[in-house]
Amino acid sequence: MKTNKTSRATQALEKSLTVRPTGKYVLRLFVAGATARSRQAVLRVRQLCEAELKGRCKLEVIDICQQPKLARDNQIVATPTLIKEFPRPVRRFIGNLGNITGLFAELDLMTKGEIAV
Amino acid sequence: MKTTSPKSTPSATSLPKCPTGIQGLDEITGGGVPRGRPTLVCGGAGCGKTLLAAEFLVRGAVQFGEPGVFMAFEETEKELKANVASLGFDLAGLVRRKKLMLDYVHIERSEIQESGEYDLEGLFVRLNHAIDSIGAKRVVLDSLEALFASLPNEAILRAELRRLFRWLKEKGVTAVITAERGREQLTRHGLEEYVSDCVILLDHRVVDQIATRNLRVVKYRGTLHGTNEFPFLIGDDGISVLPITSLGLNHKISGERIATGIPRLDAMLGGRGFFRGSSILLTGTPGTGKTIVAANFAQAACRRGERTLFFSFEESPNQIVRNMHSIGLRLEPLVKRGLLRFHAARPSLYGLEMHLATMFKEIAEFQPHVVIIDPVTSLMDAGTSSECRGMITRLVDYLKAGQVTTLFTSLTQSGHALQQSEAAMSSLMDSWLLLQDVEGNGERNRVLYVLKARGMAHSNQIREFLISDHGIDLVDAYIGASGVLTGSARVAQGALEKAVVLANQQEAATLKREVERKRAALEQKISGLRSDYETEAAELRRIAEQVGTRTFVLGTERTASGILRQADIKVAASTQSKPKPGRKI
Repeated sequence: MKTNKTSRATQALEKSLTVRPTGKYVLRLFVAGATARSRQAVLRVRQLCEAELKGRCKLEVIDICQQPKLARDNQIVATPTLIKEFPRPVRRFIGNLGNITGLFAELDLMTKGEIAV
Repeated sequence: MKTTSPKSTPSATSLPKCPTGIQGLDEITGGGVPRGRPTLVCGGAGCGKTLLAAEFLVRGAVQFGEPGVFMAFEETEKELKANVASLGFDLAGLVRRKKLMLDYVHIERSEIQESGEYDLEGLFVRLNHAIDSIGAKRVVLDSLEALFASLPNEAILRAELRRLFRWLKEKGVTAVITAERGREQLTRHGLEEYVSDCVILLDHRVVDQIATRNLRVVKYRGTLHGTNEFPFLIGDDGISVLPITSLGLNHKISGERIATGIPRLDAMLGGRGFFRGSSILLTGTPGTGKTIVAANFAQAACRRGERTLFFSFEESPNQIVRNMHSIGLRLEPLVKRGLLRFHAARPSLYGLEMHLATMFKEIAEFQPHVVIIDPVTSLMDAGTSSECRGMITRLVDYLKAGQVTTLFTSLTQSGHALQQSEAAMSSLMDSWLLLQDVEGNGERNRVLYVLKARGMAHSNQIREFLISDHGIDLVDAYIGASGVLTGSARVAQGALEKAVVLANQQEAATLKREVERKRAALEQKISGLRSDYETEAAELRRIAEQVGTRTFVLGTERTASGILRQADIKVAASTQSKPKPGRKI
């Protein structure tokens, strides 16, 4: 009986891993003021959303210089920071997204980040 | 334990300073940390960096009206509030009243992925926002080095930190930055490179199983500062650094005298006892009755209606009360009336500074007139000798400043009354009584003498110290050729002297009788001689009479015969009258 139970649990896990997460990606990008770095990051993320996650991506860009309280609430230290809120687990990408291979892997995208800026 | 409000020195020539409000620290730094500049506080784990930083902010907000921002990298707001609440700091209240802003910066390393260039503008924005929202003048970053563990690119981090410190200076806030102690440098990540105005080093080290906290100002640009290591402690009311040098010798002095509770001892001390506010050392070997003298002193003080605080490091309060009862001292009612308070603790319970802190606290709370520390030597086990001397100096100074009369008892070992440590300690004391065992005649007896008593005439005599059912008695000891005679030897000596007196008396009586007898004999002899003389005189008279009669008779006979012979009657008649004067003899 015990073996039955574990095997069922394993099956469930395997099944859940094969199914792609439904629902929208929730991304939040925190930038600090209109700097070159901020602009680069915003452009990269917008591009990514349009090219790869069209229609199933919710992107929010926040300037912490204008809303400093949000920086505190979201534990922002480095800027720019892109937070992938959904799907879980939460991930934070810090930097101007010049190197986004890691991001692609995390976003579970098949394309290997061949976006031209 | 009032925090002395330090004088900030706003003169144009000296560096503007920001008082920390931390007891003692402002004295060492000559007024506080540099205003408008960052100060680095570094030290190993558990040496009180966070606490010092927190107190800097709290005191700033409460005492100096300077709101502050606490940016914590290691503890959450909740933890921080709980941690400093134990020191009586109400962070939550200060936060509510907008005097303080807490910001917990947390970076979850596992969530982070570096993807390109970044800066720490997020941190700047948060800090700026926090400072502006409450008008903060003080900032604490505790501890910035956590960033090194959570952010991957050290080059970026260093550049950003440099920018941060510059920014803080521009912002005009007084910042305290804590950092972990490094192996070969002051901080693990070399933060001292960026913060160069003031560096304070905290240290928590264990010597002979005793932990001591030390504080040292390593560097303070543009100002004089104490360079020594100063012990500091974390008590119930925060940190206190105890610089010995900061205490001047300018106590108020009282000419009032207080009785010791032993009349004979008062007599030895110029007849009126100790000066109020003086410190008294009572040295003695084990079992010489130090606690008893102390208890007597306490009782005398309580009877005058003065509060007495009794620190006992060897016996429990109940034990002292019971033991004193056996010699007729009833301390219990005094305890009940609230005049006498005991504070008992094992010396090994905690370190020396902690003892000192608790004692200060108790004294501040109870406001005693008389303090007894029994025995002070127990505390010596809780620290090295130099620390002890420092501690006792501070204690004596503190008590003297408050006009508290203090009796320290001190245990000496091995029957040797004067030890090195005591000689060192004694210089702090105004009066020094010595209790000693005198061995001899197969018994041990106690003697007491006054070794020194500053500012009063005192007896140089050794007194025997007797403990009986009804208390203490001081008796004159005999001093003979063989030394001081005490106990049965003293009694024997007394008896011996009595016997001598008796013998003398008897001898005198005998002599008197003898003289009497001689006088009687003499008189007898005189009367004998007189009767001899009288006999002889009588004899002489009788003879003379006989001679007279015979002459007369002879004359008569001659006359008669002349008459008979009828011859020369006239001649005979004239010669008849001649022997008349001879008759008179």
